[in-house]
Amino acid sequence: MVTYLFLAIFICLMGYMVYFQVLRSEDFINSSYNARQDSFQTRITRGEILSADGQVLAQTNTDAEGNETRYYPYSNLFSHVVGYTSKGKSGIESAMNFNLLRSHSFVVERAVNEIQNEKSMGDTVVTTLDTSLQQTAYQALGTYQGAVIVLEPSTGKILAMVSRPDFDPNTLETNWDIITADEAGESVLLNRATQGLYPPGSTFKIFTTLEYMRENPDYGSFAFQCNGSASVDNTTIHCYGNSVHGAEDLKTAFANSCNSAYATIGVGLDKSSFAKLCEQMLFNKTISAGGIETTKSRFTLNADSSNGLTMQTAIGQGETLVTPLHMALIASAVANDGVLMKPYVVDHTQSSEGELVKQFEPTVYSEEFLSKEEASALQEYMQYVVTNGTGQKLAGASYTAYGKTGSAEFSSDKSQSHSWFVGYAHREDKPDIALAVIAEGAGTGSTFAVPAAKQIFDAYYQ
Amino acid sequence: MVNLIVELSKYIMIILFAGYTYECFSVLGRKSKEKQARIFARQTALMYLLHLNAYVVIFAVTQEFALILFYLAQVILITVVLNCYQIFYPKASRLVINNMCMLLLIGFIILTRLNETKAVKQFIIVTISIIITLLIPMLIRKLKFFHKLTWLYAAIGIVMLGIVAIAGATSYGAKISFTIAGITIQPSEFIKILFVFFIAARFSASVKMKDLILTTLVAALHVLILVVSKDLGGALIFFVVYLVMLYVATRKLSYFLGGILCGSAASVVAYKLFSHVRVRVIAWRDPLSVIDNEGYQICQSLFAIGTGGFFGLGLYQGMPGKIPVVEQDFVFAAISEEMGIMFALCLILVCASCFLMFLNIAMQIKNLFYKLVALGLGTVYGFQCFLTIGGVTKFIPSTGVTLPLVSYGGSSVLSTLIIFGIIQGLYILREDEENEYGSKTGKRKKQSTGKKKKKATSFDTEFEKLGE
Repeated sequence: MVTYLFLAIFICLMGYMVYFQVLRSEDFINSSYNARQDSFQTRITRGEILSADGQVLAQTNTDAEGNETRYYPYSNLFSHVVGYTSKGKSGIESAMNFNLLRSHSFVVERAVNEIQNEKSMGDTVVTTLDTSLQQTAYQALGTYQGAVIVLEPSTGKILAMVSRPDFDPNTLETNWDIITADEAGESVLLNRATQGLYPPGSTFKIFTTLEYMRENPDYGSFAFQCNGSASVDNTTIHCYGNSVHGAEDLKTAFANSCNSAYATIGVGLDKSSFAKLCEQMLFNKTISAGGIETTKSRFTLNADSSNGLTMQTAIGQGETLVTPLHMALIASAVANDGVLMKPYVVDHTQSSEGELVKQFEPTVYSEEFLSKEEASALQEYMQYVVTNGTGQKLAGASYTAYGKTGSAEFSSDKSQSHSWFVGYAHREDKPDIALAVIAEGAGTGSTFAVPAAKQIFDAYYQ
Repeated sequence: MVNLIVELSKYIMIILFAGYTYECFSVLGRKSKEKQARIFARQTALMYLLHLNAYVVIFAVTQEFALILFYLAQVILITVVLNCYQIFYPKASRLVINNMCMLLLIGFIILTRLNETKAVKQFIIVTISIIITLLIPMLIRKLKFFHKLTWLYAAIGIVMLGIVAIAGATSYGAKISFTIAGITIQPSEFIKILFVFFIAARFSASVKMKDLILTTLVAALHVLILVVSKDLGGALIFFVVYLVMLYVATRKLSYFLGGILCGSAASVVAYKLFSHVRVRVIAWRDPLSVIDNEGYQICQSLFAIGTGGFFGLGLYQGMPGKIPVVEQDFVFAAISEEMGIMFALCLILVCASCFLMFLNIAMQIKNLFYKLVALGLGTVYGFQCFLTIGGVTKFIPSTGVTLPLVSYGGSSVLSTLIIFGIIQGLYILREDEENEYGSKTGKRKKQSTGKKKKKATSFDTEFEKLGE
């Protein structure tokens, strides 16, 4: 019996090793702590990175003496999402490092290369990024710092990801010292689309609305008389530009982005349940985006928070901070009837000859991220923002747009704000796209971010 | 060109080792003596070829001529060992000898690649150890008082463990060794053997309740001292060995299961009580989340194994140096990284083959004391292999024990060679027993074989001697 027991243990051990290698090893191999990845560089020429429409985003050029340089034909355009591979690694260059340094090209060719001491060609990474959409998004942001991220809600594919200020990865090594010294305090290397933490401003009202709906199933009968401000304890919240919205229901308050209404709603909410909702809505959680570096959004409200802070939080000021990726995912879940897809940026890898090596399939992040009813209510509200509220610049297009604007105050100077738009667009003949636009210090959402979003939607549905 | 040699060799070595491993088990079938002799000869040839191939790669990469001399020295050593056994102990188990040499050679190969100075040191230690342990089978056969030294075994064991617990040097959090005249000794490696002898002597004398309790208390004292020294792996080995021997001596499953229950309870207490136990468990659960501290070593090990893949990166192509204590507790990860998971799986099978032989001898031998000794040592060997390989691959939390005969370390290698020597001695004793039995009853070998076939397991026939 002892013999069989031990034999069984040995067999389990062997089985586990095979199991580990087949199913678990990727997590370890791809860890950035794994220094072994770079040792492949002596034998393999780093593979290409392509856009979904087949354009080269990164390639390795070898000169006559065998010196390799990584060349990025689009220079600044894809700087953050594609990333860099000199002076450390970032973006897709980092996430797909191992795949780029593995060769699945023709076996005989690889053997011949070995004999001649020549490098074999690494695998090609084909992304989900669309060059023309990326270009539009990049131009839409103009000279402002900020970020744009565009997703396909039905799959989670990231179609465009822009972060500005940007850099030219071709000259990164030369300019490294200047960039990292960062005298202007611009954090050029930070991918604002996934790592930038911004006050959400009024875009946060999506969450406040959702919490109100969950606590009050008869939210349809909500009524509020806006006279330009709301005060509780010592805190007074004013509506933007001191507008007076008059009689409102929840939908019109949402469309008008009425601070007074939402501050009042906020005070009435169950704070710990609100905190729970926000945890479920991915606050304080790491969001994985196909290996691209991300930062957790932050929500700090709890049962002990003061009424003042609660009012601030309910309208998207206070201590809450979000990433553009996070907000785009929320819009994407609304568009997709409550189902949230995992965002990803690499569609597949292929050998240098084009043979498929590994296909990345869309995966569901959460089947019931929002309930069907919640999703459809938010769809209605977000459409109303475009038809009757702060997003009217998007009305009357060939597609139906949905969204929420935001003007996030970020300093004591109340006249300055980040311009936000979070939303999606729908037209029967093409898959929906969701996006988040933030332009730092560009003013209200409707002045800058809405027209910027329109440019992107227009380009997509053109 | 060098790359091509490395690339090709890694496949050739896997094929050679797979062939060797296959023969380990093919020999267990019912085969004639001539066939078995041919199998062992083939195994020996495969072993030499694998060794040669590995050193061709090592030389191709390093271009150090001294390593050719080192290679030749190893060939001489192995040849001498193989011949010595054939001349002096023709009845010894060829399979165990082959496996012993194979494991030593794999150890030399990977240590040369990892750290040449340590490899040379290891070679010297192995040479001396082999000379000493060549005498052991003879001693086992000639000296008949081993079962009488019961309390001497326990006394030496407890005193030595006690000294280490109090005065020992701390390495990686555990007090396991002390240094005399520049030589670092890890006494628990040797006390394992004494412990097995003590238990075997006690159980073969009596398994009455009163004696059982006393034996259990003394055994528990061993384990406790090791726990206090924070030598978790050691404590676990002693504990499991005791349980297995208890079960076989008494044939009471309730003791075995009760023991496992107590052991589990003790583990939970240890987890709550000792931070170093918690650290290991945390590192085991999710090493990547604690990679900067507790999980560093196991992550490096898994990077190595994972990146190496099924066929390995080839000798000198990986970065096994990134793994802390790679030459000792984590040598298996280095082998897996550069020689491939296929190779590593074969290595597990070779260890299993050794273990099977040990237990088979235990089953066959009639003298109860020796039966228990063989069983105990077999368990020590088998369980230690499991602990180290399981720990390195994250199958179980890492306990910090060496891979017998492969890992760097004098105490480990000497004690394992002693175990192998004792097993060979017992094997020869069993042969003697059989001959006695055969001549007393006047039966011829043929008949006894025929009779045995009914009750014997399939691998018994290996014991039908080649060189009678």
